[in-house]
Amino acid sequence: MGPCERCKKAQATFHLTNIDTTGSPSERHLCDQCAIQEGYVQQQTPAFASEVLETFISGAKGKAAEIANLVCEECGMTYAEFRNRGQLGCPNDYEVFKDALVPLLERAHDPQRTHHVGKTCGAPETQRQSHDELRRVKRQLADAIAAEDYERAARLRDRIQELERE
Amino acid sequence: MSDRMDEVARQSGEWLRGGGPMHDIVISTRIRLARNVSGYAFLTRADEAARTEIANAILGAIRKAGPLGSLVDIDVEQLDELDRSLLVERHLISKQHAEGHGARRVAFDSDEVTSLMINEEDHLRIQVMRCGLQLEAAWEQINAIDDAIGQRIDYAFHPRFGFLTACPTNVGTGIRVSVMLHLPALRLTRELEKVGAAARELKLAIRGLYGEGTEALGDFFQVSNQITLGRSELEILDDFKDDIIPKIAAYEQLARRRLVEDRAFALDDKIYRAMGLLRSARLMSSNEAMQCLSHVRMGLHVGRLKDIDLQTVNELFLQTQPAHLQKLQGERLNGEQRSIARASLIRARLSRN
Repeated sequence: MGPCERCKKAQATFHLTNIDTTGSPSERHLCDQCAIQEGYVQQQTPAFASEVLETFISGAKGKAAEIANLVCEECGMTYAEFRNRGQLGCPNDYEVFKDALVPLLERAHDPQRTHHVGKTCGAPETQRQSHDELRRVKRQLADAIAAEDYERAARLRDRIQELERE
Repeated sequence: MSDRMDEVARQSGEWLRGGGPMHDIVISTRIRLARNVSGYAFLTRADEAARTEIANAILGAIRKAGPLGSLVDIDVEQLDELDRSLLVERHLISKQHAEGHGARRVAFDSDEVTSLMINEEDHLRIQVMRCGLQLEAAWEQINAIDDAIGQRIDYAFHPRFGFLTACPTNVGTGIRVSVMLHLPALRLTRELEKVGAAARELKLAIRGLYGEGTEALGDFFQVSNQITLGRSELEILDDFKDDIIPKIAAYEQLARRRLVEDRAFALDDKIYRAMGLLRSARLMSSNEAMQCLSHVRMGLHVGRLKDIDLQTVNELFLQTQPAHLQKLQGERLNGEQRSIARASLIRARLSRN
């Protein structure tokens, strides 16, 4: 443990072995301050960092507790209970736990798409169906082009034109 | 009730008859839709009275819904354990439905194409199962059944989240598409990882591929979707139809061709050893039977075996399962007795005359 090679005063706490392009090693031994000044390490602001962290944790804790205690008035299920069982208590839970459910749905399904697409309740609506098909075919076209499957892309393009005429 | 179940044990569903598009590789196509009746809690919060009301409401709707009126409705709660296992082996109910508690039912048609589970995880699970790869036909059929019931019952539905289900992993379309594949050549050539990679890319689940103890179950693998929200039913079906199934089928076909061309002796050895065991063994476990039947089935499809009836082989996959075996024997059997009965049944069905 020697002194810092730069200021020659403080204890060297930073030890680095550099390998240059020819493969030969060179060593550096610096104190904390000199290591920062030479740009090897980032200046720390411990007070500020811990303050941010603390605010973050306590805030999250408060929020987490708030979410865990959410309760559905219709079935009495709390969010914490749902997380333990993996199943919801009634259809109304989707409304009550909505904000907490969306991130879960993003993970379980497609993170980009958490809005229902497809069949709706009741009798089938042809208009809606062709609208859905249009969206679907457009997405497939983008995929086909990305995969450089131009034969398929051409077929899909024709289908889009057909649907748009309807 | 029990007479009805004996009859079930002797028959075989449409999907088992061994036909359908791409049937050399695709055993069956199954689609399930999860639905709940509006105005009731999910089953986690439903008491016995509510469960009975829900079951009656759904049964009432089914009876009035034209062709669904002819479905046979069975009270699962009243069945003994053996009959419940029989329905599970038959894919008419899930294991969860068999082992559940409280008022719950199943209604299915004589071809066993349509099956409705009432009070499983959701109030209603509609299932259509067809032989071979029949995604469109299965979808049209299940869609019509869903419409027919939906016109008589209000489903729990949310404009943003779609059809509401007890578990958020099923919400949206509530659709679960499962295609059962027979991949003996990929297994023999140790190329199953290709299948896993293709499925992961599309966020599809494969059962029986890596799971403990499922390895030996006759080289059957089930591919199913995990995403039910944010994609329409047809988009989900397209992933199977245009992408994953043709891809896996092509891998399997290539592997089969390579075995025939480059390793014919090794292949024939597998097939004829399996045949020898099936025709000679005096004790046979369920797993051994599955594995041997799997190799024989492949032998028939690659043309290395000729004098065996494919449908018989397909039926044996089912009839050698524990519950089927006991129903066919007409008595309860312990493990060793089952092995004896299984070996004897197979010998009789595959004898040379």
